[in-house]
Amino acid sequence: MSAVAPIDVPVDAKTERQLRKGEKAAERPTLRKSKEKLTSKGATIAAVIIAILWTTPTLGLLITSFRPAELINTSGWWTVFSNWGFTTNNYEQVIGGEATTVTLGQSFINSIAITIPASLFPLVLAALAAYAFAWIPFKGRNIVFIGVFALQVVPIQMALVPLLSLFARGFKIGDVALFDGLGAGGNSYGQIWIAHTIFALPLAIFLLHNFISEIPAELVEAARVDGAGHGQTFFRIILPLSMPAIASFAIFQFLWVWNDLLVALVFADGAVGPITKVLREITGNRGQDWYLLASGAFVAMIVPLIVFFALQRFFVRGLLAGSTKG
Amino acid sequence: MSAFLKWLADLSPFAQIPLVILAFLFVIAAVLFFIEIAPRSGTKYTVIRLVVCVVAPTALFLILGSVWWAAILAALLGAAFFLLDYRAKAGSGYLFQLIGFLSPAMFLLAIGLVYPTIATFFKSFMNARGNRFVGFENFIFVFGQEGNRVTILNTIIWVLVVPAFSTIVGLGYAVFADKARGEKVLKALVFMPMAISFVGASIIWKFVYDANGAGQPQIGILNGIIVALGGQPIDFIAEAPWNNLFLMIILIWVQTGFAMVILSAAIKGVPTEQIEAAQLDGTNAWERFINVTVPGIRSSIIVVLTTISIASLKVFDIVQTMTGGANGTNVLANAVYAQKLEEGRSSAFAVILFLLVLPIIIYNVRQMRLQKEIR
Repeated sequence: MSAVAPIDVPVDAKTERQLRKGEKAAERPTLRKSKEKLTSKGATIAAVIIAILWTTPTLGLLITSFRPAELINTSGWWTVFSNWGFTTNNYEQVIGGEATTVTLGQSFINSIAITIPASLFPLVLAALAAYAFAWIPFKGRNIVFIGVFALQVVPIQMALVPLLSLFARGFKIGDVALFDGLGAGGNSYGQIWIAHTIFALPLAIFLLHNFISEIPAELVEAARVDGAGHGQTFFRIILPLSMPAIASFAIFQFLWVWNDLLVALVFADGAVGPITKVLREITGNRGQDWYLLASGAFVAMIVPLIVFFALQRFFVRGLLAGSTKG
Repeated sequence: MSAFLKWLADLSPFAQIPLVILAFLFVIAAVLFFIEIAPRSGTKYTVIRLVVCVVAPTALFLILGSVWWAAILAALLGAAFFLLDYRAKAGSGYLFQLIGFLSPAMFLLAIGLVYPTIATFFKSFMNARGNRFVGFENFIFVFGQEGNRVTILNTIIWVLVVPAFSTIVGLGYAVFADKARGEKVLKALVFMPMAISFVGASIIWKFVYDANGAGQPQIGILNGIIVALGGQPIDFIAEAPWNNLFLMIILIWVQTGFAMVILSAAIKGVPTEQIEAAQLDGTNAWERFINVTVPGIRSSIIVVLTTISIASLKVFDIVQTMTGGANGTNVLANAVYAQKLEEGRSSAFAVILFLLVLPIIIYNVRQMRLQKEIR
């Protein structure tokens, strides 16, 4: 789907304990002195070399995005100090440019309009389902849950073509319409909202179930004794207590949808295309116009990078969410 | 529904967001409200349940645009469900609550993943328009053409190369960074690519690989280095089969951060007593790492390898953005999209991709069942 994915395979109890312990150890503040004793020069040098290798490509494009177009094409970005030039013109051009069906600025707004609802819907629906799997006993519960879990590995490529024709042409048995298609026209976000919601559900149910099933049974029992039904127990006990898990999944879902290209290419036509789709178009049409590509890439990256640096700790916890509970 | 979506689509995007969220939350609130009052006894609540059982499916079918008699059928089924629920062993209202919690997600999964997956299987045996059975013709097309065989082979190579390299580099980096000064910053730098979209990552690397003709100034850093050392510029993403490797580097670049985070947590979870005991035995750092740490985090390594394998099998965005599948770099996930007008062939590619993922699904499900039995 996209670059970021929490652990989405089952983890045995021993590994789970190990990861949880390690995560706690990593979050403990270490005293400066004890840390200094443990550091080694060789390790620091090796780590710095890898970090430089990993950062240089991004840095190169970032510097390029602020250089004038004619300098970009005649000198390498690493000579930026001997061939000095600074401009924000690239950003102005790419945001308002008419190179594609929608401008990059409009597609940025599309990305926001797609991402926010498509992050909320699957979370709420998955929390409801996860509650039923965790706290309402029923026959065949394990089988159904494992079935849902297995669905998350099914490549969404399997679903694209039939789902698209379902949205476009509806569902008919013979000539009888059970569903006459969304029919909302090319400027509706409807089908991409629904598509993202569906594709996120299996993993969301799996992760939230891990968390919700670990909530102490006494709390749920106490609520029941006080006269709360399942509706109130869910709303007043489960939902507030699972906020950490919900928050970390929300971050992932947000980044997924924002960074997604495949679902966007299939389900977001013309005017509602998100920024990844427009960026892909620019790469295809104007592949050598680095002043557009570099600045466009950073316009698309700015939101995920802010989310990442602001919420880094939740992000790391979320990565481990599939394996550790609570 | 189409009327609502049509009306919504004409508004400004910033008005659409709160409106659609409010509409959604209103429906959810109604579901929770009826779940809450479902188990209560008394004529009043029984009548409410009956009304909801009949009205909800009817309304759903009408919203979806069904013919009127299908909606009436839905109403009758709803009434039958009410009777079933009324006589439920666990008390009347029990089934009502269960369905209330599960049905929204299950309904969407059924129409959005289960039905399409089954439909794709059938479509892979049909012609391009999906109206004539053609047997294995689509699969013969896939396996019969040199280009398509390369596509399948490439996918397999991606799965072999990317998880191995990401895990090794991620493991090494986790060890180094743990012992380095400025651990947090160093980790964040390697981790950052995970926040970037594959499209963004592809553009970053396209620029690294950029090649101009010999004699012209090079603006891609790799060719900059090669030319500065006196070599000839190389067009990294055009020359098969090595261009595949250069595309794989992008996914390795992204996934290493993931491997690093998980394995770093695992290493910190290895009991220090074991390491200290090995230290007392006079082993050096490398021996301790290979003989104590690595076996200690074996299961975490498997988790990382599996997760990255799934990501490598499904790789699409990178190939689509870098080459569009040209120059012998195509992979299955991209072929499904590229052939989407030829529904039969596209479905055949999807089925092959599914078969490659199947072992991982089976392995996961078995792991899951083992866990469920233990608990």
